[in-house]
This record gives sequence, C-alpha cells and structure tokens, in this order.
Amino acid sequence: MCSKKGSVPFNGTKEQEEALLKVIAELKSEKGALMPIMQKAQDIYGYLPIEVQTIISNETGIPLEKIYGVATFYAQFNLNPKGRHRISVCLGTACYVKGSGDIYNYLMEKLGIVGGECTPDGKFSLDACRCVGACGLAPVMMVNDDVYGRLTVDDIDGILAKYE
Amino acid sequence: MKTLDGYRKRVLVCGGTGCTSSGSKKIIEALEKEVQKHGLEKEIEIVKTGCFGLCALGPIMIVYPEGAFYSMVKEENIPEIVSEHLANGRVVTRLLYEETVGEDKILPLQETQFYKKQSRIALRNCGVIAPENIEEYIGTQGYEALRKVLTEMTPDDVIQTILDSGLRGRGGAGFPTGLKWKFASGNRGNVQKYVCCNADEGDPGAFMDRSILEGDPHVVLEAMAIAGYAIGASQGYIYVRAEYPIAIERLEIAIKQAREYGMLGKDIFGTGFDFDIDLRLGAGAFVCGEETALMTSIEGNRGEPRPRPPFPAVKGLFESPTILNNVETWANIPLIILNGPEWFAGMGTEKSKGTKVFALGGKIHNTGLVEVPMGTTLREIVEEIGGGIPNGKKFKAAQTGGPSGGCIPAEHFDVPIDYDNLMAIGSMMGSGGLIVMDESTCMVDIAKFFLEFTVDESCGKCTPCRVGTRRMLEILDKITKGQATMEDLDKLEELCYHLKENSLCALGQTAPNPIISTLRYFKDEYIAHIVDKKCPAGVCKDLLQYKINADKCKGCTLCARTCPNGAIIGSVKEVHMIDQSKCVKCGACMEKCRFGAIYKE
Amino acid sequence: MANINVKINGRDVSAPAGSTILEAAHLAGIKIPTLCFLKEINEIGACRICVVEVKGARTLVASCVHPISEGMEIWTNTPKVLASRRRTLELILSNHDRKCLSCVRSGKCELQQLSHELGVVDEGYFDGVKNEYELDYSAVHMIRDNNKCILCRRCSAVCDKVQGVGVIGANHRGFSTSIGSAFEMGLGETSCVSCGQCIAVCPTGALTEKDYTDAILEAIADPAKHVVVQTAPAVRAALGEEFGYPIGTDVEGKMAAALRRIGFDKVFDTNFSADLTIMEEAHEFLDRVQNGGVLPLITSCSPGWIKYCEHYFPDMTENLSSCKSPQQMFGAVTKTYYAEKMGLDPKDIVCVSVMPCTAKKFEIGRDNQNAAGVPDVDIAITTRELARLIKRVGLDFRYLPEEGFDDPLGESTGAAVIFGATGGVMEAALRTAVETLTGEELASLDFTEVRGTAGIKEAAYSVAGLDVKVAVASGLKNAKELLEKVKSGEVEYHFIEIMGCPGGCVNGGGQPQVPADVRNFVDVRALRAKVLYDNDARQKVRKSHENPSVKRLYEEYLGQPGSHKAHELLHTTYVKRTIN
Repeated sequence: MCSKKGSVPFNGTKEQEEALLKVIAELKSEKGALMPIMQKAQDIYGYLPIEVQTIISNETGIPLEKIYGVATFYAQFNLNPKGRHRISVCLGTACYVKGSGDIYNYLMEKLGIVGGECTPDGKFSLDACRCVGACGLAPVMMVNDDVYGRLTVDDIDGILAKYE
Repeated sequence: MKTLDGYRKRVLVCGGTGCTSSGSKKIIEALEKEVQKHGLEKEIEIVKTGCFGLCALGPIMIVYPEGAFYSMVKEENIPEIVSEHLANGRVVTRLLYEETVGEDKILPLQETQFYKKQSRIALRNCGVIAPENIEEYIGTQGYEALRKVLTEMTPDDVIQTILDSGLRGRGGAGFPTGLKWKFASGNRGNVQKYVCCNADEGDPGAFMDRSILEGDPHVVLEAMAIAGYAIGASQGYIYVRAEYPIAIERLEIAIKQAREYGMLGKDIFGTGFDFDIDLRLGAGAFVCGEETALMTSIEGNRGEPRPRPPFPAVKGLFESPTILNNVETWANIPLIILNGPEWFAGMGTEKSKGTKVFALGGKIHNTGLVEVPMGTTLREIVEEIGGGIPNGKKFKAAQTGGPSGGCIPAEHFDVPIDYDNLMAIGSMMGSGGLIVMDESTCMVDIAKFFLEFTVDESCGKCTPCRVGTRRMLEILDKITKGQATMEDLDKLEELCYHLKENSLCALGQTAPNPIISTLRYFKDEYIAHIVDKKCPAGVCKDLLQYKINADKCKGCTLCARTCPNGAIIGSVKEVHMIDQSKCVKCGACMEKCRFGAIYKE
Repeated sequence: MANINVKINGRDVSAPAGSTILEAAHLAGIKIPTLCFLKEINEIGACRICVVEVKGARTLVASCVHPISEGMEIWTNTPKVLASRRRTLELILSNHDRKCLSCVRSGKCELQQLSHELGVVDEGYFDGVKNEYELDYSAVHMIRDNNKCILCRRCSAVCDKVQGVGVIGANHRGFSTSIGSAFEMGLGETSCVSCGQCIAVCPTGALTEKDYTDAILEAIADPAKHVVVQTAPAVRAALGEEFGYPIGTDVEGKMAAALRRIGFDKVFDTNFSADLTIMEEAHEFLDRVQNGGVLPLITSCSPGWIKYCEHYFPDMTENLSSCKSPQQMFGAVTKTYYAEKMGLDPKDIVCVSVMPCTAKKFEIGRDNQNAAGVPDVDIAITTRELARLIKRVGLDFRYLPEEGFDDPLGESTGAAVIFGATGGVMEAALRTAVETLTGEELASLDFTEVRGTAGIKEAAYSVAGLDVKVAVASGLKNAKELLEKVKSGEVEYHFIEIMGCPGGCVNGGGQPQVPADVRNFVDVRALRAKVLYDNDARQKVRKSHENPSVKRLYEEYLGQPGSHKAHELLHTTYVKRTIN
C-alpha cells in the first residue's frame, strides 16, 4: 500500500522529465489542473513514484502530501510500476455471477502474486477491475488492451502463454 | 434511415465496446481487405458505428438496403459474405440472426423480440450513424435543436420546454431536469457558470452512457450547449471514466469537429453565443458519480462529496453555479427541443416521462442495451426482450440501481417500471443496470458482493459510510460463513437504517439498499444461513458439504487421489467417504468423479 | 443582515441570515454536540455527530454546515437524533484505540466527553476489524498515534488552510483512509514546522507533544544540578484553564508559586529576555535602516515561523533578525552571565523553559544555540506539560499563594509581556526604537494599530523624519500571503513581525487545548491576549530599555546592544531547507 521514499525503483530519464515539465507548463494555469497533470505524468512514467510527485509539487506549488492524497484516493494512479503486461479481471456484477472470481483466484495462484502486484520479473501485473462494459461477454478479463470474454479457468494458461 | 449516398450497399459494423471485445475490429479489417479484393471500394461503404444493443450476439454487422443482420460474425465468414452477398447480392442466410430469417425474406430487425418493444430515443443514433463523422450526426437533424434554441427561443423558453417535458435525471434519483436548470438560471451573463456532463458511469453492469458516448457523442455536446444557453454558461466539462478509452477518443474527435463546424466555440450560429467543452478524465473512484464529488474531483482534489446545501446550482464547480446531468439525460434533450415537450411527455407514466435505457445482464439470453418506455414491466423486459433465462432455470430476482439499488423479486414481475414504483418496492432506477438472477443465486452473497463494492468505493469522509459499510460487510461475511447469530442480523438491520439516515452523500445513504431489499424479500435465506447454517442456493462455500452417494460410488479412488487435503477415506472398490473436518470445499473431487457420485448440499 | 425565523424543538428562534442550524441553536441555548467542526477551519460535515431532524428533509442533516431558512422546523433531541448520534459515535469507537486510562488526553478528550454526554453504554458494540498503525516518533516535538485518530481532519485542515504547510492530510480512501504525510513519511522527514497547531485542535490523544515532565523531575532530584526555569509571557494567560479557571485568567503569581514548589532552584521569567530581545532587535533594526542593511527586517522570536521561512522562503532568511528568540537568549544569559555571577559551571545548570509552543522543542536543538558551549536551553516543555507536572507532584493549584519571580532574571517590563500576543513584539520594539531615534519620551505607549487578532495588520509611522512602515502577520498562511506581496514588490515595509500561530503565542500549539464546542463560539485568542495587555497596562515600567536588570546586564557584561559579546551570545544563524 505504501511506498516509502527509496523503496520503489525509479529510473526516470531526462526525456521523461522534460516531457513532464512541458505538460506542467502547459496545464499549470488551468483551473483544477492537478489531476490532468498526474494522468499525463502517469502516461509518461507508467506510475507516480515520489520522484515524479515531487516534480509536480515543486512546479505547481501544491503540497506533496496533497498530491499523494489524490494519488492514493483514485484507483487508477499507481505508486508502483506495472508489469509489461497488465492483466485486469472484471469483478463487475455480470462477470461475478458468471464466475470471474474463480478466474481472478486462479491468476493469483498461477502468478504467485496478489491483486495490485507485479511479478518479480516485471512481466505481469494483476488487478481486479470494475465493469468494463462488456457484460455480454462475461466473464471478462483484459490483458493490456486485449479483451478476453466468455472465459473459463481452463482458458487462462493459453492466454498467458501468448504474452512475452 | 440514411440514404446510400451513391454507394450500392452500406455495411454497418458495431464498434461499441461489447463488439470490439468480441473482435469487430478484425471483422472490419477483413471486410476492407475482401472488398478491395473484389474491387468494390466504390460500391460498398463500410461504417463503424456505436452499439446496436444486442451485445450477446456480437460482433454484429448489418447490410443495407436489405437490412440483413449478421450476428456473431467470425473473421472466417467474411470472404463468403463479401463474395456472396456484397458482390453478388445473395444473402448468406445461414449466418443471419435466426429471428430475422423469414420463410422467403429477411424480417426487419424491428420485428424481432429484442427490438419490438423498444423505442429508441436516447439510443436513436447508436448503431445507425458513424460516430466519428459529424456530418452523419448533422444528417439526422443533428445540431438542429441548438440552432432552434439560439435563433428562435429565449433561455427561459428552453427551460420551460424541458420542465414541460417532464424529463427527470437518468443518473439516479430522478430529479426533474428542468428544475435543476431553472435553479441555476438566475443572474445570467453576470457570473461564471458551468454545465457538466456526468459520464462517470460506475454502476457495475450499466453501460448505456458508454454506448451513447461511443455511438452518438455529438448529441451530448449539442445538449450541453443548449443548457449553456439556457442557464447562461459558456463553459462545459465532461467528466468521463478513464476506463472508457473508445468513448474518450470519440468525444475528443467530436469536440474537435464541432469546433471546426462552429457548433462549439465563439459566436455559435452567428448568434453571439459562446460555448466550449473540455474533457476531464476520472481516475477510478465510483463516488465521483455523486455530483459534489465529481465537482471536487474536477477541481483537482480527492473526490470527496461536500454537504448540500449549498446546491451546485448555487455554488458548484469552482464555487460557481453549475448544472450536472448524466449522459442519457443529455441524449434526450435535442429531440425534446425539436419534437416539443408534449411529444416527450406523451411517453411513459404519469410521473416518469419518456423512455429509459437498461443494461440487461446476468442470467438472461439477450444481454445488451434496451430502451423502453417508462412503465414497461419487468416481465416484458426479461421474458420478451431479454429472451428469458438460459438453461431452463427459474427467475429469482432482478437487481436494478447497482450498489444503490435493490432486488426485485418475482412477485413484482408485473409492476410497471418507473422511478416511483421502483422506489416503492425498495429498489431504484439508478443509472439503469438490470441484472437478472436465477435460482442458483444466493441473495446474501449478492448483498455481500454489493457491500464489498461499496466498502471499496466509500470515500472515507463521513463516519457512517466509512466505518458502517465495513461493519455491515463483516456481519454479512459472518452470515455467509455460518458464524452469525440473530443478534448480528438485528445489528445489520440497525446499521442499514443508520446509514440511510446519517451518511453524508447518496453513496452512503443508499449503500444499505441491497441488504434492505434482500432482507425484505428473502429474509428466509438469511435465516437459513444463520439458524440452519445452510445456503439454500448452494453458493456460500463455507456452508456447503461435499458428500458421496454410496449407491453411485464405485470405489475407483480417483477422488481420494485428487483431494489436496487427504479428506477422502476409502479403499479400492469400497464406498468412499469425505471427512468433513478435513474437507476444504475446493470441489476438485466432484469435478474428477466419473460416476457423478459426489454432490454438494 | 436580516434575521431569519425558525423553530427549534418547537420554540421560535430568530437568528441572522446565513447562520447554520448549529449557530441558531447556540443562540437559543441549545447545545448540539460536534466533533469534526471547527469554525472557519474545518466545515466539512463529515463526522455526522451534529445531526438534527429538519422537517421535510429526506435524511438527518449536519447542523454544523446546514444553513437555516425561513420557517425551518428543527428538532435537536428527538429519540431518533439521540440514537443516531450515539450509533455514529459507537462506530467511531469501534475503530478507536480505547486505552483511555493511560491516554494523555484522558479527562480532556472530546471523544471521551461525547461518549459520556451521548450515553454510550457499550463502547465495543460495533467492534470489528481495527486499523493498526505504527506510532510516528520521527518529529522532534510530537508523536502521532493514528490508532487514536478519528479522521475528523481538524489537524489537516489547520495545517493546510491556516498554516499553509499541508504536510499532513487524508491519504487512501474508505476504511483505509488515514491521516499522514506523503508516501507515509514520518512527520520528522517532512517540512513540518513544528508549530503544533494540529495538536491544539486534535480532539483525542492521536496528536500529542513529546512529554519531558519526567526528565524535569529527574533533573530536580539530582543534587548536582542547578535547575532554573523560565516561563514565556503567554503561559500565564492560559495555564489557569487546566485548573478550571475561565479562559482569560492571569495566573502569573500562582504559576510562580507552583514552579517554586515543584523544586526549581530559580524561578525566572522569559519576559526578562524578551526585553533583552527588544534591545538587540531594535538596535539591529536601526542599524539596518541607517546602514543600508537588508530590509524588511523580520522578527525571529517564533521558531515555527523560522522553520517555515527556512523551508518555504529560503531566499528570505537574510531578512530574518539574527537575534536568538527570547527563550534562547534567556538560556544563553543563564549559562554565561548568571553562571559566572553564581559561580556555577554551565554544565551543571539545567535550563528548563515553559512555552506555549511545541516548536521550542525543535529550537533548543538548533545549531548555534550554545553560548556557553552547552545547549542554551536543555528542556522545553509546553503549558500543557507544566499543568501535568503540577498535578503530578501533587499541588493544589487553586490554593497556591501568588508569588513573584526570582532575581536577577525575573524582572521585566510591560513591553515584554505583550510578546505573547500578535503585534506585541512590534509594539515593544516600536516603543524602544522610537525613543532611541527621537531621544524623546513617547506620549502614549499604545500602538493600537498593531493590536488585535487580525491575521495581517499594517501601520506607518513618521519618526524623526523617517517614514517607518511596519506589518504584522500571525498564522503562517497569512505570513505567506504577506511575504509573497513583499517579494513581488506589491508592498514595502521596513519591519515585519511574524508569529507562527494565528493570534500569536497565546494561541500557540503548546497551550491548553480548548474543546471545539468552546472555541467555535468564543475568541480564545482575544481573551488570552487581554490578560497580557492588562498586565502591560498595570506595569510601572513599560519599555524594554528601562528594565533595570537588563540595563545592569549590559553594564556588567554585554556592553552595548549589538556589541561583539552580545553578538556572540545572543545572535544566531539560519539555514536554507527544502520542501518535503
């Protein structure tokens, strides 16, 4: 849950920092710019470690704690890096009643991680998500932007094997 | 219907999220390739549309002028469809949706069970026009309503029209839309005001807003501009879930095109009216569907609700007067302006006018989006439009209103659905998710599922919701594990009413609804869990026992070898037994048994 | 503004338009309990303790933020309301570390008081999973115990909105919501300025100062140690509250008597060194004005302000007066001048200070605060700790006689005692600076322009042909606002007084906590400040440069204000810090 200073790897590049500074300069004067800046920052870095939030704080004058408070409020902001392939299993009602819980449990077991984590090799990260609006295909999971529907537990190994 | 514009045939392929995930992108690619191969580019127009509604049959594709409805289309079917149908005019009947295949002709889609009882107003353009092309929207009277209000109506006329139409907010509680506008209409021209669109559709199982944004984005822009004129605002924000990438992309395209066509920006239609719209993306917080939380979020804060009053119409976004409507509400506005309030008020029930879109899901054949007049019964929706429940199972209840709503049992199957009736039977309209449950659904488990959702999504600001939902979930958990007492049930009920009365915002106030309504109609199930330690639907794992039917057991030992915990005792060719104290209820034995000798109860 | 008529519990009540239900009820003598509500600071309607019934409302409403409207009918004590409040409280208690017996707030805890008032019978009624947190000891001045936090957010509101610091706030969400710093850093790792305002507003024992009462008792028990105590001006204006006196009672005499009975070898007064500060600071001011030094000169008495300046305005540390604060000057004089006079080794002196302030605990550990090669001050305790100490050693405060301070470091003037209120340092400095510049005696010593609890005050004086523009700010958000204007060139001043806490030291983070149900309706700052101004008015000597003991100190030891020796002992340096 928490990710204290220095405990999360950070290898930000000069280019990423420049891109972030450019975004901040563009958006800073807009009303309520913090969330759009954080979203763009996450697009650039993939997550929002302390180094990134500190840049945002320094450039906008918004206290770091406030940014962290926002980052930890919304489910989509990540304090930890995500895997090369991001798996999310829909636990929305329709999927749930059609057994997506079993799919999720199987994935946790298979990958040896719990939801919200990333495998040690950085390959997969796993999350549960709310309805992705594909209820007709329940149960559904997404790997990156690919949607897999009408799943059974037996399909999972085959799907994972497609990703390198 | 749109004319063919010089093309011989027009092929509509659903590009909604449902069909996209079942592969419609590949279908379009294949179509384009095949059409090119046959040199038909000039004759065949391929259009990627928004959602048709019948997601269960996706990917969906319709060929005009015949109106041939191909369902569950596979990539490998495309060459055949192109060479037979598109090139040579021979419809591939085998691949059509069976309901549309008549003896010697193709039946119109409107006559199928699914569409027959629907009247599509909010969804009128979904699946019909190409959402990424403003011209197609303009071709279906798009932006006509905006032109009309700007050139023929005063702002007060506009508000009166909406008031007269009886339109109520489609996002939840059903507050009269015109009234909301009226409250925000004072002091026009002297203060900054905002028009916001709530596209943070978060109820699990509801996706009508997404479909409208994906299938008809301009309707929202037009309606917001109309409201801007009515209340005297020049800026709008659409707060859309980041989980809806297609909707976001189409909205971005639509805003850009609308600006290019002068439908947004300065001096619209040369009337001196300025209005522009910006997108703001949500970041994964259900509570941001609550209006004050949504505004707090746009302002760049934790999306925590604020106490009302002051109401947003007085002091909303950035402390300015603000109106907020949800996507489906907006989608009704232009037609009300064009067709007049009487037209709209002519549909529906006494206090709920117009139509409502429902997202049908769960244990039902035709999962998808349906739009029906207010007052349609649950029976009509489930049995006729939805095609009933699969596998011959019995209807048990329908859940509407998502985590804020409740369950409607079979006894209310014939209640006309509108805001007030749903409220009276302990549910609510919510945004319109409608999840059908059959006899294999445990109502305690469902209540627990929704509470888990609310606990996850509670913002944590007010005490009753932050701590109360958690305590309620803990009690439900005890019940589903057979560890609860009747006193716990009393405490649960006490908490339900406490949260309803004391929570800061609607999320907390309605969080108990799934429990209250299941307690109201299915209390015996709760009692069965607590007193008999049994789950009648056979869902709650901790209350199940796996047993071996001695008559069927052949003593093959497969189950004993499969059991991960050594809970099955018995030697070769003898009847086996399960040691309940060791059984972890994984069900592996039942799966492996080749004689059907293992059952659970 | 026009009045609005409502009915509360069936009685007609008339209250000004814009009043909340809570305020209208207060006017009618009806007390609605509150928990999260702090007037003008935390008006978020979050805890739901203050709910009432309003005719026609769908749910109960939070009276603290719900405005009244004409004809409104309100019920504040129906069975439903009372049961609701109790249940909400029980929900809070179900996730609260209820170790009340050993809690420093026991007896003064707003949650405990509410439990009593609302008639909680079973504090464990809704027990379930509790959040568990490690205690945060990382800050020099305080301890954060989230296990006792009830998420009223008063602390984060005061930190952000009043102090403009914002190093603590709500993180995560739902049941996991917790108050803390970014990335779960310890408070000591952040740019917290140690002002302690969060402690002052915390209703429970979640935020407390680090307690040094035992260390004092140990020092006193050690025969080898000579233990002296100094008390800041504002302490005498508030200490009585801990013993049942009304807010705004001057207990200087009883306080001195108590300190003597606790066993301090000498009972001195920080007021003495406040006068000394004026001598040095007025000299520094005139020197900067006359010799083109960096202006505006900004006061340096408030260690919370100093730390804030170092973190948030590092480019303005040159503007800070190099004078040590009165607490530190006192320690420096004690361990040099006094030690020599008494023939004591400074190492054997334990200098204890009683302060209205938690940042003083930070200040004693700063660099360049060791005139005699040992720390100027050894232990800094708050007013609250002193009250605890008095109770612990078994003194019946109310029955103590009134006594005076010891010589020579106990003598002071009216100029010194007003240091405890915002504008006081400025007024004291003006009294001395003006007379020094003009060489004439002032007709009136009251510089009323700089008095009062306004967050920012300004005044201009023409002194001996010199235009002197001054400004006074208290509360760091106000300081920030003022300094930004100074930096942008929008305003120009010669001399600025800044106090970290709103209202100055009388409202310091180390003062007795005033329950919200009192502070929401009473201006505590003004009542306490009045004690100091009354005290000043009573004094025969009201100008620092006329303090006989201070004069003697210069004659016998320091030479002139601003002398080399004075600089060695009484001045200090600052550092530039970053924001975390």
